[in-house]
Order: sequence, then structure tokens, then C-alpha cells
Amino acid sequence: MVVFQEDLCKGCSLCVDACPKHILQISMTRINKKGHHPAECIDQEKCISCAFCATMCPDCVITVER
Amino acid sequence: MTVFKKPHALTDAPFHYCPGCTHGIVHRLVAEVIDELGIEGKTVGVAPVGCAVMAYDYFSCDMTEAAHGRAPAVATGLKRANPDNIVFTYQGDGDLASIGTAETVHAAARNENITVFFINNAIYGMTGGQMAPTSLVGQVTQTSPYGRDPSLCGYPVKICEMLGELEGPEYLERVAVNNVKNVKTAYKAIKKAFQNQIDGRGFSLVEVLSACPTNWGKTPSEALKWIDTAMIPYYPLGVYRDRTAGILPDSFKEGTV
Ligand SMILES: Cc1ncc(C[n+]2csc(CCOP(=O)(O)OP(=O)(O)O)c2C)c(N)n1
Ligand code: SF4
Ligand code: SF4
Ligand code: SF4
Ligand SMILES: [Mg+2]
Repeated sequence: MVVFQEDLCKGCSLCVDACPKHILQISMTRINKKGHHPAECIDQEKCISCAFCATMCPDCVITVER
Repeated sequence: MTVFKKPHALTDAPFHYCPGCTHGIVHRLVAEVIDELGIEGKTVGVAPVGCAVMAYDYFSCDMTEAAHGRAPAVATGLKRANPDNIVFTYQGDGDLASIGTAETVHAAARNENITVFFINNAIYGMTGGQMAPTSLVGQVTQTSPYGRDPSLCGYPVKICEMLGELEGPEYLERVAVNNVKNVKTAYKAIKKAFQNQIDGRGFSLVEVLSACPTNWGKTPSEALKWIDTAMIPYYPLGVYRDRTAGILPDSFKEGTV
């Protein structure tokens, strides 16, 4: 399972590119405190907790749980 | 169970870097290694002039600031005065490979027992994207609008190769942070660079090929690809020197001198 500290997200989408399960996306309907469209997970069930997303996130937004 | 969280050696301050700027990944890797080695209490970092100028806000260990390019000289003083401290510098390419070249070369030549992280993004990021000594041939920057022309500006400086020819340094490796595999390799190099200092082995420098999407005029995803297609071919990844492991440039091999 992935948890986003959403207000730190800058919407760079590097986590989206890194996820092998293709379950991350940039939300086009929400805007965070910084004014960015934040990343979100669309299917936590499919998450394999590989932490590829968190490895590529430059802003330590993501915590990964198993 | 938590399998990934922000390391303790980073403070809660949010990074000011641009979206997709991989300075953030390198900060995190340095902090993860400080956590793993359990050295936060005795580590002192030296922040540069450049986009990472505020690194002192981001690391939980002691930090200081050096004048542009002078971090290895400041680190030398810190380490010699307090040999029990673990001292690292964090420097951009404008800082380390341009205005600070002399400090870099001589700290390496003296095999000073410090750890240097060299963030090569082939540009002066902080000041708005001017050409750096490390900008690639043909690279368009604010001060090379038609692309870097070697007949006017010379060729990009290869720091690991250059320092490798010195007798002094213990360890030189070039890594990149543009995909998961490379980030894992970068972590190992950063760890080794700290461990060498703990073991008293001397000057260790890790050059990290890093993205500046803003001044490259690319999206963060395109910028990571450009590291693969443009940077790595000119700046090959790998260990350039590891004296303890016997990895030395050809000129040091028997029969060549
Ligand atoms: C003595 C001095 N000369 C010039 C500057 C202007 N200056 C600030 S940052 C910088 C270069 C930054 O580039 P780099 O070291 O590559 O760091 P980046 O921002 O790309 O991470 C320069 C030339 C300065 N602050 N001080
Ligand atoms: S932990 Fe792995 S599977 Fe889960 S969201 Fe991140 S990259 Fe995707
Ligand atoms: S990599 Fe980090 S900052 Fe970038 S979109 Fe994903 S969570 Fe946000
Ligand atoms: S200007 Fe470049 S190096 Fe500086 S924070 Fe922005 S992306 Fe990073
Ligand atoms: Mg730079």
C-alpha cells in the first residue's frame, strides 16, 4: 500500500513512470496546497509494495507499507 | 510493516527544488546512508552555492555553508580539526568543476579523508541555466543558444577521468539517478564513499548525473531519458578508481610507466 503526503507532491509524475503495476496517476481533478495536481493511487489492491515509486520520488512524498 | 519512508537524517522541511529535480533523490540517498551507518550525530555536511545552497535546512546532521566552490577546503579544515567527525560536501558542477576546480583537484591530490558528492546536471541551475564546464557539446543553454560550440568553449570536463590520473584519491565513481536500478547503484556508491572515510582510506568522490528539467527545457520524464541518451554516452558510469580494490586507470598499471 502507498500513502502520499499529498501537500508535498509537485506532480512531476516520476512515480507514475516508475510503477510496474500502472496504478499511479496524476489527478486532474484535484490541486494541492502547493498548487500542483498531485499523484494518486487508483488501485491499492494491485500494489506489490516494490517501492519503485518512492525510490524515484524526488520529494519523499510516498510511504510504502506491506 | 513500513517498507519505505523518509529517512531520519532528513528534516521535515519540504525541498524547494523544481518538480522532478533529482537533487531531491540524491539528498534522500545521502540521508539513507547516514541512517544506515548510524553516523548522524557525528556527521558534518558542507553545502554549496547552487540550487542546493539550502541543503543545511534539509539534513538533520550538522551543516555549514562554503563560499562558491570552496567546500573541499572547508571540509579539509573541519576534518583535520575534528578527525572523529564524518565530513561530506555536496556540490554542483558549476561549484565543483568550474569556480572550485582548484579546491577539488588539490583535495583529491592530498587524498584528504573527506567524502565529496558531485551533482553533475550539465548546467548552472540556480542562476538560470547558463552553460557549465560540464554542458555537453551542442547543448542549448542560456549562454550557448546555438548549442555548445567546442571551438569557442572547449569540451566538457570529465571530473572522474581527470582526478583518476592523480596518485592521490582513494575512490571515484560515476553514477546516475535516472531509474530505479541506477538509484540503487548510486546508494551503494554513496555508502562506500562514507565507509572509506570511516575506515580512514581518504578522498572519495561520487559523481551523480542528475536532471535539471527546468533549465534543460524538458519534462521531468524527458529529462531522465536525456541522461540515458545524451549524458551517459559522454560520461560513462562506473568505478574510475578504487585503490583498495586495485581498480586504477591504465596509466597506473604495471609496464605502462
Ligand atoms: C563567487 C560567486 N560567483 C558566482 C556566483 C553565482 N552563482 C550562483 S550559483 C552558480 C552556479 C550553480 O551551478 P551548479 O554548481 O552547477 O549548481 P546547480 O544549481 O546546477 O545545482 C553561480 C555561478 C556566486 N554566488 N558566487
Ligand atoms: S509500491 Fe510498487 S506497485 Fe505499489 S504503487 Fe509504488 S511502484 Fe506501484
Ligand atoms: S514522484 Fe513524488 S512529487 Fe512527483 S508526482 Fe510522484 S509523488 Fe508527486
Ligand atoms: S533549476 Fe534545475 S537544478 Fe535547480 S532546482 Fe530547478 S531543476 Fe533542480
Ligand atoms: Mg549544475
